Amino acid sequence: MRMSNKTADRIATAVFYFFAFLIIAVLASLIGFILYRGLGQISWHFLTSPPETFKTGGGIGPQLFNSLFLLVLTMIITVPLGIGAGIYMAEYSRPGRFTDFIRLVVEVLSSFPSIVVGLFGLLVFVQYFDLKFSLLAGALALTVFNLPLMVRITEQGIRGVPREQKEAGLALGLTRWHTITKVLLPVSLPTILTGTILAAGRVFGEAAALLFTAGMSSPRLDFTDWNPLSPVSPLNPLRPAETLAVHIWKINSEGVAPDAAQIAAGASAVLILTVLLFNLGSRWLGRFLYRKLTASR
Amino acid sequence: MNQVMEIDRLNLHYGDFHALKEINLGIPEKTVTAFIGPSGCGKSTFLRTLNRMNDLVPGVQIGGSVKLDGQDIYGADTDVEVLRKRVGMVFQQPNPFPKSIFDNVAYGPRLHGIRDKSRLNDIVERSLRGASLWEEVKDLLGKSALSLSGGQQQRLCIARALAVEPEVLLMDEATSALDPISTLKIEELVRELKKEYTIVMVTHNMHQAARVSDRTVFFLNGELVEAEETEKLFSNPTDARTEDYITGRFG
Ligand SMILES: Nc1ncnc2c1ncn2[C@@H]1O[C@H](COP(=O)(O)OP(=O)(O)OP(=O)(O)O)[C@@H](O)[C@H]1O
Ligand SMILES: [Mg+2]
Repeated sequence: MRMSNKTADRIATAVFYFFAFLIIAVLASLIGFILYRGLGQISWHFLTSPPETFKTGGGIGPQLFNSLFLLVLTMIITVPLGIGAGIYMAEYSRPGRFTDFIRLVVEVLSSFPSIVVGLFGLLVFVQYFDLKFSLLAGALALTVFNLPLMVRITEQGIRGVPREQKEAGLALGLTRWHTITKVLLPVSLPTILTGTILAAGRVFGEAAALLFTAGMSSPRLDFTDWNPLSPVSPLNPLRPAETLAVHIWKINSEGVAPDAAQIAAGASAVLILTVLLFNLGSRWLGRFLYRKLTASR
Repeated sequence: MNQVMEIDRLNLHYGDFHALKEINLGIPEKTVTAFIGPSGCGKSTFLRTLNRMNDLVPGVQIGGSVKLDGQDIYGADTDVEVLRKRVGMVFQQPNPFPKSIFDNVAYGPRLHGIRDKSRLNDIVERSLRGASLWEEVKDLLGKSALSLSGGQQQRLCIARALAVEPEVLLMDEATSALDPISTLKIEELVRELKKEYTIVMVTHNMHQAARVSDRTVFFLNGELVEAEETEKLFSNPTDARTEDYITGRFG
């Protein structure tokens, strides 16, 4: 006997609810566990002091700064490139072999394991271009890993703009360039921005691609020296920089400080909180911008 | 009467598909010309050749000539942006930008270089009055265009098109997404606008063509079957196919 449609519908609904709750439960317990173990470690001292190798009471100050600074560097490189390429893909590329090829490259790049991207960065940026273990090499490796995502986000954002909007612009006598910059980009900006911040969260938590590019050590930093050319300046892009995610990996595998486990737990909590902040921030900003740009209050 | 646009032996192919066949037509100044015909006969396609919106379609090929004030708009020296400024367009679905009412109307003028605030104010007011929308929205200019009703949005789109001071206004089934009252408002508006503009409209509604147009053009399968004074075409068509269509025997 066949099930009645109604029964089937009820079962399907229940199953979907079950999976949704399962996912939420797993996620919540994961985050809860990390926060439970780590929140107690977080203090101003922890967030601002340098780590200790053999003693207790070390912090994650330089690593936190490195992560943020590396993120900024990466975004400075990726965002213009990604948006430019995304605009090309959405608006200028003609269907054909060349476009298919670009799309294939983007797909392949985005599915590369990040450890492979790290090795590529080691061979190309660190060794061939002789950037040594440096923030710049790290940022370039992260670019390889982040660019495909940015291209896709932009392309989808722009393609998501209704055709009517685009035609409205063109019919007013706007040039193609103006149509892109004054109609398509503003309308898709909330989407692009949300995607960008989500991508930023991913970059922020990345470790494998950075092991052999940005390096696993941080020189003594002098936070009063803001000259980017000075070797002890935190802003020097050519210095090695261990990020938070790499630091967690390192102390977990070879930390000898007596409180290594606690430090790792605290650092993980900071990492998770920051990524959550990115996610929530992106939603908030996307909605805010949408309202602002569309004057719908 | 002075012909604003003259179309001569126009052919259009979408790839292999011959969508417009040897079209010849003159569009007289300050009149309303209506295009009628069954779905898929090429009305929109033809309308969009008049401001080169079809250029966007990949694989489109266009032959013959379309002249605006004696100049071939497909000629090598035509500036497409200037053309589209002179030949404005209103679409089937109201498509205001997700911006304020004021910004929608000021959009074209701003991008064509007008920055002066008081001039923009003048243009916005004049265009909104031209589209019979001013009285309804004069106190809400800062509000989102998306908060307007469909009919108001469509009149806003007309105002937006008027703001760049076109000579010809193309309307592709501009009322088909609207309720009857909004439709009547726009029809009234069209009769008003033809004092200053040349209007070409596509409509699915023969009564609408009869109510507002001076001339009516009947298309069938990519051919122009008959172009006549509206009264004559509906009362005494020359071509048997036109008669079949207007008496509802097909389409
Ligand atoms: N971009 C396109 N590519 C290929 N064929 C197209 C394209 N646009 C339209 N056509 C074809 O050209 C013919 C004419 O289409 P058009 O949209 O001009 O018809 P229409 O008279 O406006 O119809 P309707 O009353 O339904 O709007 C149709 O057969 C359509 O399938
Ligand atoms: Mg049509």
